[in-house]
Amino acid sequence: MPQVSMTVNGKATSGDVEGRTLLSAYLRDHLGMTGTHVGCDTSQCGACVVHVNGEAVKSCTMFAAEADGATVDTIEGQANADGSLNVIQQAFQDHHGLQCGFCTPGMVMSAAALLKENPKPTEQEVRDYLEGNLCRCTGYHNIVKAILAASGQDVGAIAAE
Amino acid sequence: MPKDSGIGASPKRREDVRFLTGAGNYTDDINVAGQAYVHFLRSDVAHARIKGIDTSAAAGMPGVVKIFTGADFEGVGGLPCGWQVTDRHGEPMQEPPHPILAQGKVRHVGDPIAAVVADTYEQARDAAEAIEVDLEELPAIVDMKAALADGAPKLHDDLTSNLCYDWVLGETDDAVVQKAFDEADHVTTLELTNQRLVANPMEPRVAVGEYKRGTDEYTLYTTSQNPHVIRLLMCAFVLGLPEHKVRVVAPDVGGGFGTKIFHYAEEAFCTFAAKACNRPVKWTASRTEAFMSDAQGRDHVTKIELAMDKDNNFTALRTNTLANMGAYLSTFSSSVPTWLHGTLMAGNYKTPCIQVNVKAVFTSTVPVDAYRGAGRPEATFQIERVIDKAARERGVDPIKLRRQNFITEFPYDTPVALTYDTGDYNGTMDKLEAAADIAGFAARRAESEKNGKLRGLGINCYIEACGIAPSNIVGMLGARAGLYDAATVRVNATGSISVMVGAHSHGQGHETAFPQVVAEMIGIDESQVEIVHGDTSKIPFGMGTYGSRSLAVCGSAMVRATEKVINKAKKIAAHLMEASEADIELKDGMFSVAGTDKSVAWGDVTLTAYVPHNFPLEEIEPGLEETAFYDPANFTYPAGAYACEVEVDPETGKVTIERFAAADDFGNIINPMIVDGQVHGGIGQGIGQALLEGCVYDENGQLLSGSYMDYAMPRADDVPFYTVDHSSQTPCTHNPLGVKGCGEAGAIGSPPAVVNAVIDALQSGGKNVTHIDMPLSPGRVWAAMNG
Repeated sequence: MPQVSMTVNGKATSGDVEGRTLLSAYLRDHLGMTGTHVGCDTSQCGACVVHVNGEAVKSCTMFAAEADGATVDTIEGQANADGSLNVIQQAFQDHHGLQCGFCTPGMVMSAAALLKENPKPTEQEVRDYLEGNLCRCTGYHNIVKAILAASGQDVGAIAAE
Repeated sequence: MPKDSGIGASPKRREDVRFLTGAGNYTDDINVAGQAYVHFLRSDVAHARIKGIDTSAAAGMPGVVKIFTGADFEGVGGLPCGWQVTDRHGEPMQEPPHPILAQGKVRHVGDPIAAVVADTYEQARDAAEAIEVDLEELPAIVDMKAALADGAPKLHDDLTSNLCYDWVLGETDDAVVQKAFDEADHVTTLELTNQRLVANPMEPRVAVGEYKRGTDEYTLYTTSQNPHVIRLLMCAFVLGLPEHKVRVVAPDVGGGFGTKIFHYAEEAFCTFAAKACNRPVKWTASRTEAFMSDAQGRDHVTKIELAMDKDNNFTALRTNTLANMGAYLSTFSSSVPTWLHGTLMAGNYKTPCIQVNVKAVFTSTVPVDAYRGAGRPEATFQIERVIDKAARERGVDPIKLRRQNFITEFPYDTPVALTYDTGDYNGTMDKLEAAADIAGFAARRAESEKNGKLRGLGINCYIEACGIAPSNIVGMLGARAGLYDAATVRVNATGSISVMVGAHSHGQGHETAFPQVVAEMIGIDESQVEIVHGDTSKIPFGMGTYGSRSLAVCGSAMVRATEKVINKAKKIAAHLMEASEADIELKDGMFSVAGTDKSVAWGDVTLTAYVPHNFPLEEIEPGLEETAFYDPANFTYPAGAYACEVEVDPETGKVTIERFAAADDFGNIINPMIVDGQVHGGIGQGIGQALLEGCVYDENGQLLSGSYMDYAMPRADDVPFYTVDHSSQTPCTHNPLGVKGCGEAGAIGSPPAVVNAVIDALQSGGKNVTHIDMPLSPGRVWAAMNG
């Protein structure tokens, strides 16, 4: 079996994987990093989004071998150095942007990629960007609100409740 | 000033930190040392006789531990149905067996034929491909009307037909109902479909079975909304295991929406196979597998007739519904089109004569069971669509027509077996009119028209029966379970509290909201109270979470248990202060003697309970832990009014939701933030049903919508921000918190609002369209406009 090596959340990792092993499976099964979730098998739901060399990627769509040598960031590495929630995570908690929590890792990782690209997105830009992230609990209301808040925009006026 | 703690406050959710940092513990995150993996070989045809299964080649494949077929389960029970419906003639429903693995026949695409347990998941899948199954294909049974026709092929050879039951509720005398229609000034008729949906919680189902030979004990980790229900059904009806030897754990669960209530074959299989293989056995559904094995929802075809007098008072309502059960009876399937649907056909209105007729039908499709709202969305959709049509036919304002017919006096006995304890439908409609800015609609429509778009406003009301419900009543109606719930309040020596609850949180935020209640009752900080749920080895026997029941039923049990704790603590405090128990007051975590300056703190009393050196041992026992079981006296009746504004592009038929407002009466509210979030999520799913979603089988019973490539889930850009108003509050009259439940409202109340809005938009554009079946895809809307 081929060996892969990659830096995950700043730490060097390596493992023997089959050619067909997906990056999501490498993270979850080989490294035991179960924060990255798998919610579908057609790359639609986005629960598995991680960053590979700084780009948002659906980790169920990529073989582990393709990420050989890459820098990978996952939900487990998003908190601040002191363990407190980062700005996006904190905004999700403040604005009730999650319920069951299953889609949340992918939402946070996608939101981070969006705000890196577009620091002050409009509501429509947030909604469009989340096209590849499904949530079944929130009706998206508080996710969109949380991401706008994380970008530093005033969300006080959004839909009274 | 909003409160910052206790009942009515919105503290940040404590469960969020683990979910936001990747530290949740979902079932697929659980791996047991030495575990093997199971892959189910599932039928790829809808209906066939199994002539033979050859597993010999597969058995020799690398890593294969054991291969199971239906023959391995011949001595084992099938999956039970938890509700026996009695038909219009007093006969029990037809109830076919539902084996763990198919025996003799397969009856839907996805029906499991064999199960391969192997060292790795990939090996199990590879080996499954080497199993040879000889199937004699039989005619698929997809259309419900065809399934009931004389001479139709039968899905279950031992049943007399594909009819599960023919049921009636309300006025059973057809002549009485017909007379009401004959005397009506106007009758509005509507034929509609409430399409089949797939619940689609984002976490697919998972089961891990474990068996310990040394103690003869089993553990099942599973994605369930109700671990005790799973343990009871699996032990008593399927595997014949003693309950005390089986532990069922439902850890963090990634959404349920009903589809994780039911006991599934894979749960029983993994438990059974763990012993048979002497290894833990794990199964993780792929999404494609979820589409063909999770119980699906809705799928009713209905004709509804509404009779009115000359003044537009509703005088009679009659419905005829075909309800699709799918191939087998899932756990609560039979109750959904009957007691969860027929009983809601009065809606918010004082229609004096109602007759509900339901025929439940077996088809060669995935079983259908409760999905968010379960029967109540189907009822609401019919009532609110036919009223809207009636308003248009009579040329009256749809809000005015509803208000005119509202029930206004409570308690109110409906003609369909319920007693609404309280409500204020006019008050809630007032809130909606303000929240939705109905007065400003005309200007918004003019603006849309300027831009070449049609704009419509859709209004509807809903009522639901939640917090199910009195065990003695549901027992009479056929439930094979009680529907109480339970809580244990365990006070620790240092004063902190663990509350073990039968309710299960899979997104609802119980870990945050439930402590708000206990903390307020005692007057201590919420951080001192922790909720334990989801593990039969830790919690009292509770019935779990569905039907918006957690707070109304389990929360009530928690209140009762906390009251018992407080009463005992007062006895201890009285002893410590040498005062009469009757004079002890508890406020802000301090016990005091009325009229004196004597006091002892909560922590002093709890420490005394566990270090009883100075303690009334002759009168009470040491310790401070109480359990309560709570069986409600009635359902609760959340109700509301919703408004949707859409724009329709006349060129393409595409519908855009421009505004959505909801006014709900949930009675008292413990955590407004969580309640708002529940309604948002329900509306999202309701908009999904109205515009996007649909589970589709072709005439051969092939599932065409078997992945997210084919089944249109609502996405962030399909929905707007919602306006929700929960200030209309008529507290439930029969539970201690005065709460009603909020989990399903959004999904019940929103589909008719969307469809009514689209019809209104088309009518405003001069199109005489009176109904379009959901989902209102651009193609369907365009075809209706140009038909």
